[in-house]
Amino acid sequence: MSTPLFSVGQQVRIADRTPPVHHRVPAYAKGQVGVIERVCKLHGEPEKFIRGDGKPAQRLYRVRIPQSGLWQGYDGTAGDDLDIEIFEHWLEPTE
Amino acid sequence: MTDHDKEHDHARTFQPDHPEPTSDAARVGLALRELLIEAGHYSAEEEQEVIAAMQGASPENGGRIVARAWTDAAYKERLLGDGASAIRELGFELEPYEFTVMENTNSVHNVIVCTLCSCYPRALLGMSPAWYKSKEYRSRVVREPRSVLAEFGVELSDDIDVRVHDSTAELRYMILPQRPAGTDDWSEEKLAALITRDSLVGTQRKLSI
Repeated sequence: MSTPLFSVGQQVRIADRTPPVHHRVPAYAKGQVGVIERVCKLHGEPEKFIRGDGKPAQRLYRVRIPQSGLWQGYDGTAGDDLDIEIFEHWLEPTE
Repeated sequence: MTDHDKEHDHARTFQPDHPEPTSDAARVGLALRELLIEAGHYSAEEEQEVIAAMQGASPENGGRIVARAWTDAAYKERLLGDGASAIRELGFELEPYEFTVMENTNSVHNVIVCTLCSCYPRALLGMSPAWYKSKEYRSRVVREPRSVLAEFGVELSDDIDVRVHDSTAELRYMILPQRPAGTDDWSEEKLAALITRDSLVGTQRKLSI
């Protein structure tokens, strides 16, 4: 668990699911493709934390997503983007 | 002295620091705190210390950090590489959060939001402004950041990209604004006084001298 599954620059997809517990992936990010911006530390996984097991056992990443891919008719530049923190178990490789 | 007095443990006695609650949600919150303190999960003194630390925190702390980064290139590199260690050098602590600093440049403007709730580096910068917690800011700044920034007076030309940071988990962010021109011979203290709360969140880009 301490070896990160993903590395900086790798393309990933954020899982599109809605577990019936507290989770910290906003709806707009679900199913989106981005690249790993940085590998963060291990933290308590929110879905388990809510059940009382908050030990820092899940890898966190920052994922960079182009704004033009997030919103239809986005009004900005092609370089505008959004960075979001996503836990490892929410990420899937795109290939 | 009665048995009750002997058993009395001041650390487990809840006394409200705040006015009487006026809503049901506030009453539930107060009752929960009272129970947690009575059960010994934390003490009333610890709660007061946390509140005092947050009340003592302010954007001035951010100003000190930014001014150090502007005047010390090696410090700036450490700050952008590992924000938590770098602010510890100045006596600040934000554990267990990963304190993270994003640098504004001639080609990138950064802005911070928490779309899920209202995460903010409170222990460092103090309480967040009301607009930061508003549903309108949280829902709009991810979707139309340029329009929202324009409403704050930040007009960005097309050669500047906007980078929105959604604070969805365990990181806490601060922006490193650009140092204004004409401040080359300024002291660190004088520079620190230029920095505003909004420039640390990204809803202000230019600092006036």
